[in-house]
Amino acid sequence: MGRYVLRRILMVIVIMIAAAFVIFTILYFTPGDPAKNLLGASATAEEVENMRHVLGLDQPYLVQLGNFMYNTFLRFDLGNSWTYSVPVMQELGNRLPYTVTIGGISMILNVIIGLLLGIFAATHEGKWQDSVAMIIAMVFISVPDFWLGLMMIVLFAQKLKWLPPYGVQYWYSFIMPIIVSSIAGIAVNARQTRSSMLEVFRSDYITTARAKGQKEKVVVRKHMLPNALMPIITSLGTAFTSIVAGGAVVESVYSIPGVGLYMLTGITNRDYPVVRGCVIFFALFTSIAMLLVDLAYAFVDPRIKAQYSASAAGKRKGA
Amino acid sequence: MANSGSEKKAPKKKSMFLETLQRTVKSPSAKLGAILFCLIVLAVIIGPYLSPYKIDQFDLLNTKAKPSAAHPFGTDALGRDILVRILYGGRYSLSLGILTALLGSAVGVVIGSVAGYFGGTTETIIMRIMDIWSSIPGMLLCLLISASLGTGFGNTILALAVGGVPGGVRLQRAQILRERGKEYLEAAESINCPKTKIMFKHLLPNVISPTIVNATMTIGMTITMAATLSYIGLGVQPPTPEWGAMLADGKADILYSPHIIAFPGLCIALTVLAINLLGDGLRDALDPRLRS
Repeated sequence: MGRYVLRRILMVIVIMIAAAFVIFTILYFTPGDPAKNLLGASATAEEVENMRHVLGLDQPYLVQLGNFMYNTFLRFDLGNSWTYSVPVMQELGNRLPYTVTIGGISMILNVIIGLLLGIFAATHEGKWQDSVAMIIAMVFISVPDFWLGLMMIVLFAQKLKWLPPYGVQYWYSFIMPIIVSSIAGIAVNARQTRSSMLEVFRSDYITTARAKGQKEKVVVRKHMLPNALMPIITSLGTAFTSIVAGGAVVESVYSIPGVGLYMLTGITNRDYPVVRGCVIFFALFTSIAMLLVDLAYAFVDPRIKAQYSASAAGKRKGA
Repeated sequence: MANSGSEKKAPKKKSMFLETLQRTVKSPSAKLGAILFCLIVLAVIIGPYLSPYKIDQFDLLNTKAKPSAAHPFGTDALGRDILVRILYGGRYSLSLGILTALLGSAVGVVIGSVAGYFGGTTETIIMRIMDIWSSIPGMLLCLLISASLGTGFGNTILALAVGGVPGGVRLQRAQILRERGKEYLEAAESINCPKTKIMFKHLLPNVISPTIVNATMTIGMTITMAATLSYIGLGVQPPTPEWGAMLADGKADILYSPHIIAFPGLCIALTVLAINLLGDGLRDALDPRLRS
């Protein structure tokens, strides 16, 4: 088991380095001169050249890449923002709490409500409760989240005046962003839970459990849920990724100074250190989520445990 | 072979497509999705010709008008009729969705097939690259590529397709792993059939179903993602009436004229809902476990 964990952690490091390389390369080959962009249209050629030198843009690709990698991974320094001259790392630190609060609470809601709804629908299979829950889930999967966010502003902030339309001033400013960023994930998770519950519904061991007179609640909780958990865990990993990535748009709808909005402004301003820093941050987040999913797998699925505890080193892994 | 079906002994030969279609529309929700989707497609094709307004017809005396008999969905900040813009914009949104799904799936199928069929080092290399590719969330990658390629229809398709590739590759590979080692492949190999022919002629038809379902679902997801991109200011730009671009156009007026963004968003939601219902039905219809 230890070997498996170690392997997966090494994998995260490799993926992070590769992701940094990919993002650097994409931005390097983006047409347009960031120095010119930074100085505005009135800058002289000399000023632009000077700026390029200051930013290190006049160096060859490999040198720039090497510097970037060295600073990022060995000195944990993501550089300074070109537009605001603030260290990206510091700014990320300031913005992190907002993004993590919204993402974290959304994820918790996703797990709790999604699982409960899914189990509810599965135990009422074919009845109206099931249909209603699944229709609502389907609707929320289909609605674009940022549009839902805008419509909620119109309803709750403009018409009813219950909640502030944007900002982070009060604790209840976070209600709408959290709802918007969690609702599609809850719906996906509910559907996934329902279908994997239904798959184990008819297995023999469930019939056995019922036959021995076990209470229905215990059957659901102790016999069905653990067996239905694998696909649910996968779906949760995906949900986490989409909450992280979708967070940028939600942050922009509600003007929340989080990491996502930081990245969007970075993209608009062509502020490459900011964009790189945010992408690396998001990639790290995603990789850790995936790592946790895989570890949870190994914890839930005895087959993976067996693969690594026995001397099955030469065997093919995967499906 | 045309009338082989009339012969008693010959097995009934039904086209896979028809069979799937029949099974799909059996479920009421899939039927609803299919009808809705067809209606939307028809509306965006014919609709703009039936409207008395043009998509770029300004009416500066009648800006931000609330929905009325003359303008069922109202008018936007420049007095343009929203209904006709939505109908016309649907062409962009739908073709964005469909083309992206086709492109992404095609690339996924080819790479996934190669990985699954050849195995060994090829597979390891491809799958590790996919791991890295998917470590950057699809939406982020899409934002970055869109920012780097620039805006516009073609670039947006490319940017949107890139994020879906790793998923497609994994799916295709998993399917092929399941088929690998089956007798018909061995038979094809034993008569010295070229590898590409085995892969695409023998193997592919047997493993394509999940990819079709995935591609269908991708259309819906892509329409949403394309709208998100346009909303942020990347992707398709106003004045092109792509649905997301219309939302971006109307967001300044959200507090006092919410109808400007309400209707395009509703259209996105409705279209995506139709596609998802259809995709769900397709998945059930193509699921070999449910096939009798």
